[in-house]
Amino acid sequence: MATTELASPRGAPPGHATGEIVFRFACASAATLLLVALAGVVISLFVGGLPAFRTFGIGFLTSTTWNPVTEVYGAAGPIAGTLITAFLSLLIALPLALGVSVFLVEFCPVKLSRPIAIAVELLAGIPSIVYGMWGLFVLAPWFAAHVQLPIVMSVTPGSWLDRFFAGTPNGANIFTASLILAVMILPYMAAVFRELFLTVPPQVREAAYGLGCTPFEVIKAVVIPYVRRGMIGVIMLGLGRALGETMAVTFIIGNAHGFPHSLFDSGSTIASTVANEFAEATTEMHTSALIALGFLLFVITFVVLAIARLLLREAKH
Amino acid sequence: MITRAARRRAFNGVFVVLCSIATVIALSALVMILWTLLSKGVGGIDGMIFTHDQPAPGSPGGLRNAIVGSLIMCGVGMGIALVIGILAGTWLAEYGAGTKYGHVVRFFNDVLISAPSILIGLFVYELLVAPFHGFSGWAGGVALAFLATPIVVRTTEDILTLQPSALREAGMALGASRAFVIRRIIWKAARTGLLTAGLLGFARISGETAPLLFTSLGNQFYNHSLSQPMASLPTTIFQFALSAYDDWQRLAWVGALLIAVAVLFINIVGRVLARETHRP
Repeated sequence: MATTELASPRGAPPGHATGEIVFRFACASAATLLLVALAGVVISLFVGGLPAFRTFGIGFLTSTTWNPVTEVYGAAGPIAGTLITAFLSLLIALPLALGVSVFLVEFCPVKLSRPIAIAVELLAGIPSIVYGMWGLFVLAPWFAAHVQLPIVMSVTPGSWLDRFFAGTPNGANIFTASLILAVMILPYMAAVFRELFLTVPPQVREAAYGLGCTPFEVIKAVVIPYVRRGMIGVIMLGLGRALGETMAVTFIIGNAHGFPHSLFDSGSTIASTVANEFAEATTEMHTSALIALGFLLFVITFVVLAIARLLLREAKH
Repeated sequence: MITRAARRRAFNGVFVVLCSIATVIALSALVMILWTLLSKGVGGIDGMIFTHDQPAPGSPGGLRNAIVGSLIMCGVGMGIALVIGILAGTWLAEYGAGTKYGHVVRFFNDVLISAPSILIGLFVYELLVAPFHGFSGWAGGVALAFLATPIVVRTTEDILTLQPSALREAGMALGASRAFVIRRIIWKAARTGLLTAGLLGFARISGETAPLLFTSLGNQFYNHSLSQPMASLPTTIFQFALSAYDDWQRLAWVGALLIAVAVLFINIVGRVLARETHRP
């Protein structure tokens, strides 16, 4: 780091030192503003949600009653919906994303690998509302007619399978919402996985090949152990995205407030509930309950994202 | 030994096939989405899309109010995001690199990048909508700024760190102050990179729906006053797609296609520019 004496020698115009201080101060305040913004989000959500937390106490987390008419709000349904859809989508997207990235890094012909990788990265930038519309107009009707209806018709009523798959066969349910989420986080995770795999030094990989390893063994014994922490980081990033995603889910989850009883039951997530009701919330308690939901979502995603970033930073060093 | 080698080869074969299948599934899902978007959207594009406002159900119309609203609010958002983002990114790269505070800022900026956008909407509602008793274009623009800034910060920092330190040393050796070196030499050398930072931020916010739902709200009329509720493409798409009217749904597909094409285009331009800067 150069010292200030060096930077402003004798004979420099007098305005110089002030200019330096002003500029430095402007930069530092802009950086600080980022922290202020984050703090502002936490504080405003907490303060806005306080009336709901005060009134309903722990019941806000455990009750499944969400009734704007009687002004009773319990968030167990949306919380469960958020967690179930996020983890289910991760379960679907993770193996696919791993497969895609391994294919691109190890097996794909070089000429094809770059265009596919670029296409995957570009698709990761498509706005979620586009995925949501596709879910609503294409996936949901198809799913209802070709998957849900046959399953519902073929399982015996009352059996455990029936409980697992029960629901109105309209395609708007927890499972299709998770599918859409999976399709959405898939290109994102595949792109970051690929970048991560490319950080493995070629010597290490070539050494393993030199010992006679098959590509599968190279991936399993060399590449994955090398980037293990980073991989968990990427998985957490994907989870963070799935948890907070709003538009793709709102279109297709069915927007029922109760606790989802089966895989094909309609439900809601925190984000979809807020998106659907906030602009129409008229009473103070309704608004407060929705902001309290937002606060919960913030806490959940913040923990997940913080872990992700810590792991990824260690992976970079 | 032969059986063992054969088993290893078989394992590997299965693995290769599984990876290829994963790629095919992923790509075909994404191709299907793009195809639906094209087939449902292209047919609806006519001269009225850009020249007429959103219609009542059953009558002809376009998306002019939504497109203009989106452009205005993205403009406001990018204006704020570029100033704060470039300054903050500069601080991280030039002044704060290696300091503890720098690490803290970088960490929370990374968290902000992936924070759920609907929460930013709630925050801006509490900040600008509730106190002033009204949804407004300003609130929408500020919400978008909160989303774009962390991306600009991150990209700016990356780009500036790439600039050779010989540039800085040469400037300082001539007696220029640090601020002068940064503004006149480093920023100038990195200007394509800074443009990329802006483009990436713009691509991110141009399709954002959730933070606009309760900040700018949406508006069925043409309006370019930022103090009024303002229409935007994403919120209009959301409203039209969930409506029961065929012609509204058709307009929603056109809007979705416009946004997707715009985002793809901006991303590609940003990517090409970024590649040119990295080329020595």
